[in-house]
Amino acid sequence: MPDLTSNTAGIVSPNPFWLASAPPANSGGQVMRAFDAGWGGAVWKTLGQPIQNVSSRFGAVRWKGNNGVGFNNIELITDRPLETNFREITEVKKKYPKHAVIVSLMVETKEEWKDIIKRSIDTGADGLELNFGCPHGMCERGMGSAVGQEPKVNQEITSWAKEYSSIPVLVKLTPNVGDIVPHGLAAQAGGADGVSLINTIKSIIGVDIDNFVPEPRVDGKSTNGGYCGAAVRPIALHMCAALARDPRFTVPISGIGGVTNWRDAVEFILLGSSSVQVCTEVMLRGYRIVEDMIEGLESYMREHSFEKLDDMVGKAVPAYSEWGNLDMNYETVAKIDADKCIGCQLCLVACHDGAHQCIHQADDAKVRVPVVDESECVGCNLCQIVCPVPDCISMVEVDNGYSPATWNEHVAGTGKLRPKKGAH
Amino acid sequence: MSNVSEERSETVFDDFKPAYTEAQAKVEANRCLYCHDAPCVQACPTSINIPEFIRKIATDNVRGSAKTIFDQNILGMSCARVCPVEVLCVGDCVFNEMGVPPIQIGKLQRFSTDRAFDESWTYYEAGPDTGKSVALVGGGPASLAAAHELRRLGHACTVYEKRPVLGGLNTTGVAPYKMKADRSVEEVQWLLSIGGIEVKTGVNIPDDVDFAALEKQHDAVFLGLGLGPDTILDLAGKELPGVQGAVEFIEGMKLEQLDLKDVKRVLVIGGGNTAIDAVREAIGLGLPEVTMVYRGREEKMSGYHHEWDAAKQEGALAAWQTQPVGFAQEGGRITGVKCQKMDDDKKLIDGTEHVLAADLILLAIGQSKLAHLVDGLDGIETKWGRVVVDEHGATGRPGYYAGGDCINGGKEVVNAAADGKRAALAMHDYLMNKGGSDA
Repeated sequence: MPDLTSNTAGIVSPNPFWLASAPPANSGGQVMRAFDAGWGGAVWKTLGQPIQNVSSRFGAVRWKGNNGVGFNNIELITDRPLETNFREITEVKKKYPKHAVIVSLMVETKEEWKDIIKRSIDTGADGLELNFGCPHGMCERGMGSAVGQEPKVNQEITSWAKEYSSIPVLVKLTPNVGDIVPHGLAAQAGGADGVSLINTIKSIIGVDIDNFVPEPRVDGKSTNGGYCGAAVRPIALHMCAALARDPRFTVPISGIGGVTNWRDAVEFILLGSSSVQVCTEVMLRGYRIVEDMIEGLESYMREHSFEKLDDMVGKAVPAYSEWGNLDMNYETVAKIDADKCIGCQLCLVACHDGAHQCIHQADDAKVRVPVVDESECVGCNLCQIVCPVPDCISMVEVDNGYSPATWNEHVAGTGKLRPKKGAH
Repeated sequence: MSNVSEERSETVFDDFKPAYTEAQAKVEANRCLYCHDAPCVQACPTSINIPEFIRKIATDNVRGSAKTIFDQNILGMSCARVCPVEVLCVGDCVFNEMGVPPIQIGKLQRFSTDRAFDESWTYYEAGPDTGKSVALVGGGPASLAAAHELRRLGHACTVYEKRPVLGGLNTTGVAPYKMKADRSVEEVQWLLSIGGIEVKTGVNIPDDVDFAALEKQHDAVFLGLGLGPDTILDLAGKELPGVQGAVEFIEGMKLEQLDLKDVKRVLVIGGGNTAIDAVREAIGLGLPEVTMVYRGREEKMSGYHHEWDAAKQEGALAAWQTQPVGFAQEGGRITGVKCQKMDDDKKLIDGTEHVLAADLILLAIGQSKLAHLVDGLDGIETKWGRVVVDEHGATGRPGYYAGGDCINGGKEVVNAAADGKRAALAMHDYLMNKGGSDA
């Protein structure tokens, strides 16, 4: 039985699945139900001066009948009294001593930070998470992403928190920056024990095209919100990996952004996350999704002989490279399994209109299985992506006789590139 | 053209395939793979761009979806309900190859076209007047499809129909659990709303108006004659009450209120689609015992197997390899059919004579052909009672075109719609380029 215990900057939880700081972690009752369902940790909905919210607050990207492929919100931090939150955190920690409870914080002045950190530690919480990421509402008040976008401010406030905290401090980073690395390094320089990323992406989720108002609609107006959900996962994976592979960056990562199932979580862990945080999928489907996440992770670890979580953290980071280090002489072509092909010809139209025009109708017009012209196929994968039949199209490696050579080697005059395909 | 009565036996039927709600239609539409050069389109006699109309349902462009359908088939609303999709588009859906339930194209087509009717969306206008005029003989799907296309091209049209209602078998013959007569009439009215299609009902061609007179008034003629009355078994007793052609019975059920209170047992003679329809309809009308009598084996019947499966589920009985050899009667009243068993070579087996008791015997062994109506017209060739046409729907007589059941011996509404459109395009070419200048 693989050991799923997760350790993120000294914050230990029975598994790497945490509720992200968001509506599912808004109250003691919720967090306790989540722990009963199997969640390993919870980052409490951000505490600060309680705010007042608007209605409505959420919007969703709908795709082919699925609501919530992407999601956004214009909700702010907690609207509940601080005393209530602290009392409930204390109760949860008492009842669930082995689960991780992290308190997310967002205040303005140094004095406020000092006070709220002390009160947070008094609850028995396992760690703090500084919310430097919220891209709507709070940033207009000089907090959230307004902090996260300024490395100097980030570093300074992080150092305040470290000054006052006796428990691990994570800094939650905003993705609303050109390059995440300086921001991760700023948190590290401020003394952060780890970072969590990504927070939500500044977004307008859609427009009510009959009323000419963006969504979510608050009477006759709307505002930009924070984008999250499955659709943001690629952005989040990149940002986690960008920090994980930077040799200057040495603190642990808690990965966030579009995790919907065990497979998504594995991807984050392989790209350097010691734990993963989930919000949107829980909002859409409930705490119960964690059962499959735990089972799926366990069997994945068993299949790959990982005995403990740490064995797999960052396992795919070394393979994340600059483009200039890719082997230009590696060649693949598409192969269509005629027995599996159902004749939809989606590969054909995709190749013709969207790629390199190398998949053709068979000479016999009655034959629906398309033909790949391997001499023209550039191995782009598009056909494989659009094919609805599992394992029908495979990208097969071709031995072209060329030794590996990268672009960088080519520029340096040490690599010989194979002739280009499909460029005429 | 008159409307149909509200008092009709067929009104007791519910839809066998209920209409989709919008939510159901969207779920189904989103499953469609949007194939390239899709097999379902190739399977459609009218080549409706099926992946495109389905995609438009998924994107909330239902108005455009219906237009995609009507662009190819102006009878797309009725075809959505009456097409044997299981052996056409749905049967060729690539999902069948994958072991995944195929897309319910007929139901999706009904969703879009019903919406178009409900919202009174219209798409087409008559073309600029060409000064040419076309006579369309018969008011069924082939003529209607041809007339609509001809009007879009600017030709004047006159439809001659012997019945009081238009729509042909769409109005008088479609199984009521697929479509009822009033819906067909609504479709005709919607189609006629393009304007400029004159309708003359109650007119028999050539008895009331002969072809010479038509040629005087019009520049071209479309023959959409359809088929004639049921073929009647030539056996003693055929004239007795209780012996009836299935097509005639169905027409009665669709247009009138039938009195069937004394009917307990029904025999339907035949193994084609009309026979299966009659069986299912008799069951649906509440008749207690309905038996199909067919001279071959079950697997050899010419009717669609998916229809027969449904009939069996509804309680249909069958007598296979059974040939009627006479009618049984008692005091001038029909009491059943004398039958003999047949072997695999369709030879009667001696000593197997028996009587199947019945109060109503419906003969579904075919319909007579009407090509004899054009016998006197030089140049028009007929074969097996069918009017012979070329690949454009043209007969051998200049200016005469034909389509629908009178050229194919009895196929689907969708084939008639395809024939009508094909002929209309050829007639346009004829009228504008070759002939019709002085008919």
